[in-house]
Amino acid sequence: MALQDLIAPQESYNYAFLDEGSKKEIRRSLLKAVAVPGYQVPFGSRELPIGRGWGTGGLQITLSLIGKGDIIKVIDQGTDAGVNAVNIRRLIERTTPDVTTTLETAEATVIQTRHRIPEERLRADQTLVFQVPLPEPLRLVERSENQTRRMHADKNYSRMWVALYEEVVKHGLIARATSYPVLVNGRYIMATSPIPRWDIDKLHQSDHLSLFGAGREKRLYAVPPRTEVIPLAFEDYPFTVENFHGMGCARCGSTNTYLDEIITDDGQKIFMCSDTAWCDGRVARQSKEAI
Amino acid sequence: MGYVAVKGGLSAIQAAESLVQRGRLEGQSPLLQIEQIVEQQRLVVDQIMGEAGLYDEKLAALAFKQAEGDITEAVFLLRAYKSTLERVGYSLPIDTEKMVVFRRISSAFKSIPGGQLLGRTRDYTQRLLDYALLTETKQNQAAVALEEKAAPPRRFSRVSDVLRGDGLLAPLEPSNEKEPFDVTRESLKFPAPRSAVLQTLARGESGAMVAFGYSSMRGYGAVHPTISELRYGKAPVEFQHPITGNPVRIGYVRLTEVEGISHAYNSEGKGGEETTMGNAGEERDDEKAKPLFELGYGLVYGQNERKAISMAILDKALELGGNSPTGDQEFVLYHVDSVESSGYVEHLKLPHYVTFQSNLDRAREERRLAFEKEMQK
Repeated sequence: MALQDLIAPQESYNYAFLDEGSKKEIRRSLLKAVAVPGYQVPFGSRELPIGRGWGTGGLQITLSLIGKGDIIKVIDQGTDAGVNAVNIRRLIERTTPDVTTTLETAEATVIQTRHRIPEERLRADQTLVFQVPLPEPLRLVERSENQTRRMHADKNYSRMWVALYEEVVKHGLIARATSYPVLVNGRYIMATSPIPRWDIDKLHQSDHLSLFGAGREKRLYAVPPRTEVIPLAFEDYPFTVENFHGMGCARCGSTNTYLDEIITDDGQKIFMCSDTAWCDGRVARQSKEAI
Repeated sequence: MGYVAVKGGLSAIQAAESLVQRGRLEGQSPLLQIEQIVEQQRLVVDQIMGEAGLYDEKLAALAFKQAEGDITEAVFLLRAYKSTLERVGYSLPIDTEKMVVFRRISSAFKSIPGGQLLGRTRDYTQRLLDYALLTETKQNQAAVALEEKAAPPRRFSRVSDVLRGDGLLAPLEPSNEKEPFDVTRESLKFPAPRSAVLQTLARGESGAMVAFGYSSMRGYGAVHPTISELRYGKAPVEFQHPITGNPVRIGYVRLTEVEGISHAYNSEGKGGEETTMGNAGEERDDEKAKPLFELGYGLVYGQNERKAISMAILDKALELGGNSPTGDQEFVLYHVDSVESSGYVEHLKLPHYVTFQSNLDRAREERRLAFEKEMQK
């Protein structure tokens, strides 16, 4: 065998990397996920050229869905510029020559995200694909997959409620920060990927389809448009989102967006929009107005 | 200001990529050739093929070279490559009795039919650094060569068949699985069928397998087998011809196979709830007439004996179940895969700004509530 033979396969990687049989299988699993909102569908997750735990679940969904004419946006922690988002976007660009990528939320047909939902409300013709590290919301109260599947089947969520109650007793509040558990369509408790609590309302009665992929854990799930998504909480300890105490974005001045806390070189603490595309858009509008 | 420019990520990634590529070539030494890795770093090639679940010496060597010797990374490269390949079908079960054996030992019997064959092993070498290798040349290599030619490889019957003949070991039952559960195509379900267990273990990370197997022997489990037989050799792979239906040999794979004997009464009992710590188990009345020994099975690509032995231990431990970590299918099977474990551990290097911000929010709120409570006192 010559060295040339070894290099050959790289030039002939499939469209969207995976073989067609695998992509079809993923699409079928997604149909099931959409039909049963919040239910985790097991699937034969494939290894991708990016790391397990680095977005392979979301990426398998994206690669299975996209085709000619699609416009893809990839964000990580809210920003298109995050190194992992850049890397995933590069892989999509490299393996799907007829698909374009964008940084604009409104332009995208498919948005793959890690840990955020864009600030801009998504439309019915857009699909949001989440990268999920831990799809099982009950894992914190039950380590066995066999058991948690049974608990879901029986809609037996008492231990989850007890765990939340214990948090209130111990900490004086529901201490869960991200991946806050929600009840989907009145049936399944679902892990919210982990997005911040700030974004949970954007899943509820949305116009867009949300698809969730956990590559390492080999699970897919979905929240279809117009589906009820209710965060778990108690009447006297209601669900609350992150509080920025009136702080605004140091760049665009926004006070109604999720903010990243930034420590500047001189030790000062400032805040900036986590959704950089939204921030860029606002800055552009402001400078236009100024002219 | 700390604002990340939208293009910033891309140039940083590209710079990192070029540093990786350049770094390997910076030294003055001649470039490593794939053939050198295949021929002279055989065991690392074997380990990579085994953990990747892809038998291709040249591609494994390429992955090793590209990964600068990082085995986990090399396995990852091969696995990703494997995702692009169509699944053609399943070979016929490999009959290891047809194996051309290079090495074969039994620690259960001094003398076995066909005899022991120590073969190529470092087991009884003294681990002293061989300074001669520092200045090794092709010229003085001739002196190292064996004076007498090694005995030609042979085929052997299995030691376990002797035990089976004596009724000490249960006869092999035909598998009730018509087609194997394919762990590369389906996600595991629990309890996992044995084919899924064996596949997952065969692809397991050598280090993780040894650690788990060791834990079972040392005190967190009850499996401490005697090696009925360990053999290393090359076995024919056969495929059923799609038209004629006849078996057709498509090639050979080098394999290490281990059969470990456990004393049935030394085990904790199938699915038993009692603790595994310290109790050697009592004789069960209903089992008196049954064979005394049980087998654990290990089969891995290439020569990787410690992994094959660990697999035999874990196969048995998982079959027995019980309360030890190695008796728990979910614990063992979910955590032995290097692509999954290293991927998730290393994902911690990714930015977590948004999620950490949310954590900060909760922590500060909790502190505020505690402070308010303190004030009210």
